[in-house]
Amino acid sequence: MAEFTLPKNSKIVDGKTWPAPNGATNTKTFKVYRWDPDDDDNPRVDSYVVDLDSCGPMVLDALIKIKNEIDSTLTFRRSCREGVCGSCAMNIDGTNTLACTKFISEVKAEARVYPLPHQPVIKDLVPDQTHFFAQYRQIEPWLKADSPAPERERLQSVEDREKLDGLYECILCACCSTSCPSYWWNSDRYLGPAILLQAYRWISDSRDEAAGERLDELEDPFRLYRCHTIMNCTRTCPKGLNPAKAIAAIKQQMLARRV
Amino acid sequence: MSMRTPLGSARGLGSAKTGLDHWWAQRLTALALVPLAVWFVVALVGHIGADHASVRAWIGAPVNAGLFILLIVATFHHAQLGLQVVIEDYVHSEALKLAALILVKGLAIVLGLAGVLAVLSIAFGGA
Repeated sequence: MAEFTLPKNSKIVDGKTWPAPNGATNTKTFKVYRWDPDDDDNPRVDSYVVDLDSCGPMVLDALIKIKNEIDSTLTFRRSCREGVCGSCAMNIDGTNTLACTKFISEVKAEARVYPLPHQPVIKDLVPDQTHFFAQYRQIEPWLKADSPAPERERLQSVEDREKLDGLYECILCACCSTSCPSYWWNSDRYLGPAILLQAYRWISDSRDEAAGERLDELEDPFRLYRCHTIMNCTRTCPKGLNPAKAIAAIKQQMLARRV
Repeated sequence: MSMRTPLGSARGLGSAKTGLDHWWAQRLTALALVPLAVWFVVALVGHIGADHASVRAWIGAPVNAGLFILLIVATFHHAQLGLQVVIEDYVHSEALKLAALILVKGLAIVLGLAGVLAVLSIAFGGA
């Protein structure tokens, strides 16, 4: 049954406020979700007042500045700082996005920074993505072909290559899957938009010879058909991709091989 | 606490190899209900003020009876498909889920059958 009473750690309390440094005139407050597995405390929201005159333009710049100069205990993932690795995916002002490509100027006066929704939290802004990546492994995201490998690369026409546009750009940041209510309620069995988009990336690759097998694995009331075209995935994708369209295309192919 | 590997729990019991039929039937019944519902409402409005005998005669005419039966079947089939999705989405206790699914599907069959039999009994001049 749906849970109407929330577990203990869902109650978030007010945390510490770290005031603006002396002499700072151009400041912005970041309200950041904090939770530490090593104590018994509930999660809290700490307020950090950041001097924007000595800070880079992105939310990630502010988080790094907080960690470097204000509170070194703040924990988050980051790597490429240019929207390619997907590590710094988090919920900023209620929308899942990449902290490194989100301008500070685009967020509200008090920016609320939370981890990706409905994932187990390891610490602060770091979610446990073990299951997400196990689901990715489950769709066998590699080229499968029985034809013997040619002497050089497997060729693909320009038109066939274009079919991968809008799919290959996915960086698996999990912004879409963790914004999807169906994934919130049934992620144990539903693959979610990110993994389904990745599955379609292989189904529509002209060099792959296992499309039927891949469709067989997806034909399931939960794995695929929990998608109810809510479209949160498409709205939130920081790379501007359309997972909902990829899922619709999978459903179309399910039908195409039957009629 | 389970010692299962993440891949093992992600794969679970494997693909059910079904789901398309449910999804497709839900869309087809939705499509069928558009003209059927319009026909039903328009016809009903057209009979405002008509007496009992003439409405019965109208329902019993072969084409109308056929459309009525299609409307009833499509409505209850569509309703139980949709409610099944809602239950599967939100009810996470296996026992409760199974009970709710059986109840909803049983209710759809009983109510749909009652409607179809009512139309047939009018069409074939029963009581």
